[in-house]
Amino acid sequence: MERGDLIHRQKVEATLRGLLSGQRLAVVATHTAGQPYANLVAFAESPDLMSLFFATARSTRKYENLAADRRVALLIDSRRNREGDFHEAAAATVIGVATETKVVEKEGALGVFLAKHPYLEEFVRAPTCALFRVCVKKYILVRNFQDVMEWRVEAESG
Amino acid sequence: MPLILHPHEIGENDRPTVGGKAFALARLVRAGFQVPGFLSIASGAYREFVSQAGLGERIMLELHRKEFKQMRWEEIWDCATRIRNLFLRAAMPVGLAQELRQAVSVQFGERPVAVRSSAPDEDDAQSSFAGLHESHLNLRGAEAIIDHTRKVWASLWSDAALLYRQELKLDVAQSAMAVVVQEMAPGERSGIAFSQNPSEPSQAVVEAVHGLNQGLVDGAVEPDRWVVDRDFGRIMGHTPARRERWAVAGTAGIELAALPDERAQRPPLASDEVQAVYELAKRAEAHFGRPQDVEWTIVDGRLLLLQSRPVTTRPQAEAGDQRAWYLSLHRSFDNLKALRRRIEHEQIPAMIQAAEALAGVELPALSDPELIAEIRRRWEINDRWVKVYWSDFIPFAHGIRLFGQVYNDALRPADPYEFIDLLTRTDMASLARNRLLEQLADQVRCNPDMAACLKRGDCGEQVPAFQRSLEAFIGRFGDLSCTVTGGTQCAGATRPLERLLLELAAHPGRSAGGESGQGALEKRVQQFAAAFPEQKRAEALEILELARASYRLRDDDNIHLGRIEAQLTAALQEGRRRLESGSVKEPSTRSELNDFLESVKLDSPAERSPARSNAQAASTVAPRQLVGQPAGPGVARGSARVVRRHADLDGFCHGEVLVCDAVDPNMTFVVPLAAAVVERRGGMLIHGAIIAREYGLPCVTGIPDATELIRTGDPLTVDGYLGIVTVSRGGSINAYSA
Repeated sequence: MERGDLIHRQKVEATLRGLLSGQRLAVVATHTAGQPYANLVAFAESPDLMSLFFATARSTRKYENLAADRRVALLIDSRRNREGDFHEAAAATVIGVATETKVVEKEGALGVFLAKHPYLEEFVRAPTCALFRVCVKKYILVRNFQDVMEWRVEAESG
Repeated sequence: MPLILHPHEIGENDRPTVGGKAFALARLVRAGFQVPGFLSIASGAYREFVSQAGLGERIMLELHRKEFKQMRWEEIWDCATRIRNLFLRAAMPVGLAQELRQAVSVQFGERPVAVRSSAPDEDDAQSSFAGLHESHLNLRGAEAIIDHTRKVWASLWSDAALLYRQELKLDVAQSAMAVVVQEMAPGERSGIAFSQNPSEPSQAVVEAVHGLNQGLVDGAVEPDRWVVDRDFGRIMGHTPARRERWAVAGTAGIELAALPDERAQRPPLASDEVQAVYELAKRAEAHFGRPQDVEWTIVDGRLLLLQSRPVTTRPQAEAGDQRAWYLSLHRSFDNLKALRRRIEHEQIPAMIQAAEALAGVELPALSDPELIAEIRRRWEINDRWVKVYWSDFIPFAHGIRLFGQVYNDALRPADPYEFIDLLTRTDMASLARNRLLEQLADQVRCNPDMAACLKRGDCGEQVPAFQRSLEAFIGRFGDLSCTVTGGTQCAGATRPLERLLLELAAHPGRSAGGESGQGALEKRVQQFAAAFPEQKRAEALEILELARASYRLRDDDNIHLGRIEAQLTAALQEGRRRLESGSVKEPSTRSELNDFLESVKLDSPAERSPARSNAQAASTVAPRQLVGQPAGPGVARGSARVVRRHADLDGFCHGEVLVCDAVDPNMTFVVPLAAAVVERRGGMLIHGAIIAREYGLPCVTGIPDATELIRTGDPLTVDGYLGIVTVSRGGSINAYSA
């Protein structure tokens, strides 16, 4: 990677890290037969930002949607519902694939998730709750109202 | 807290709301100094106006368009211009307008007043940066006062204030501006005084001019100057001025006029009056408990104090701090007129003559020592003109800005850059060059034989008349292989002119401006003139004419300078040719030639920037949408052609988007082929924006790292309305599947 590219990559990563660590909730988008569907979920990010985790009860519509198509988009942003959001807020759109964590990896994922959301321990450990891991393919970061950069995580991890 | 306060209503704790100037004036009134009557419009009025008009977030968006430290001075000026226009156009809250109208009508009636800034956070730092905010003089009537109050409010965000925002502690969320409305004293003689000379503590200084002191404060009128001994109040020295002009009240505002002879003959102050002014400054010092910098005037023999502030010295600029120089680019109309005369009548003809004389020297015929002497001579000539470029040509560009402000003040357009439309279709040298290129391309278009001979390079034998036209072009503008203005990069022997003509000929012609819009332009000029009262119209049109000259020169100077630099380059290339062929035998001559060549870093022929194709440099971070400034309206799509050096222009194809760091007029011959222009350097008045406007191309400027983030071949959409460039590298989001 050229030096200029590396600097841009580091800047984008640092901004994303700050944004993700500062937010607790994300909007997750799934679909049913092409009909988009959006929910608010608690999320946590892995230290390398390559995975995001969120939990949902298995009886939910989003669980059903994910069973049919694992592709997801998430939106994480720093808006505060004030006028200043227009110049201050940043937003990241995350494109990835969600997979329900199984026994082996679940404990590690739970550790990451509960470190951020300790108050959700009962919910996430319930037998009817699924903990999803989103393998991030791409982050799309928006700052300064309309400045947009993409980080293809998939290309780096692959 | 009332929004309008009389002097006796301003209390000890009101400094944050009425500002330093009003606060000091109120103290002087209470202490019995003779001060012209005034009112304070408290900072709460500013806050109400900004809040009611919804300007807060709009100012924030302007200031956060990009990282502030990445903004060039020209971008800061643009930013301040847009903010000022927001203030000019926003509706004044009805209740506030009524309150202001009532207060100023009762206090001043139709008597002339000054409307001055009084920044609430004004402290020592503010005082030492005095002059960063606006003041307006000689206004009559409530409407004019209210209208100019907006301008003073807007000047909280002037380019000067933004440049010194850290020193001023300018905080976007907290800062506000109070205003002083003060009766104009029709001073016969005026001036300033330092109760203590900042550079010599045992002395005081009195400066005086005939007429109003605005001329002195602006630097337009030279003052007589007296040095006074602080201990005994004795005059120690008098430096008379060349008394030629004075500032007098016009129908609206202040005018500079020739000083009548009988006044020019005598100093503005007699010795006893100098001492009286010094005593006044000393009393102000005693009152405030520290040395004071006072403004005073004499009306009907009465000495009045206009304002008083602590003596401060502006901190020494650190090395590399160019802000004072940027501010020095703000030139008065008179200064610009004098500059124009010098540039048009002396400098440009001299540059043309110098370039022609140099072109007449047969370089190959010179001996080696003669060639070295010739390089040195050309070096010095070039250096001299580069200095003129910075000292005169760059400051002359302020003519465009001056007109912009006059236009916006008068017409208050929705687009603060509408004024540029009145400046285009000027006869710029770069456009004349491009027209000539288009004529040549048109011949090729109609004559396949010419295209064939251009490809083969034997037009001299096949179509000698066309070859003569080519040579005439090269004689005037060069063969397009070299860039200039501080650079000596050349594309070498790739025959860029021939390639450009073939590319132009392969597509329909495109011209700048056009006659059809001429009538519309004249109508716009008439609308501009009609916005002024009849007695001001001639001056308004004169400012337009000056701005047109300024706009034209902003492009032309590079072309003229380019011709001189090309002659230096030619001599250096001759030196390199001799070194490479081994014909220079004398070791000292060889070493001297080498020194010259190394110091200018002449590029290898045809050396292009290293390719950064998508396939080669697979960065995982990519731009999707880049925000800059909208600098030319329109939308276009095309493949990016990233130009980092002159040689990258070679082979520019029709329909490509020119993406560059900083284009100069010597590079804009490809613009008729381009779909749009994108430039890293920001500003509405940079060359890329100027030429894009002439051709009606979408243009976005001020994108940080544009030439790093965008790569040649990237599919781009350039939105010149919003100032956004979208990069569609790779596929869309839908291309990713689970």
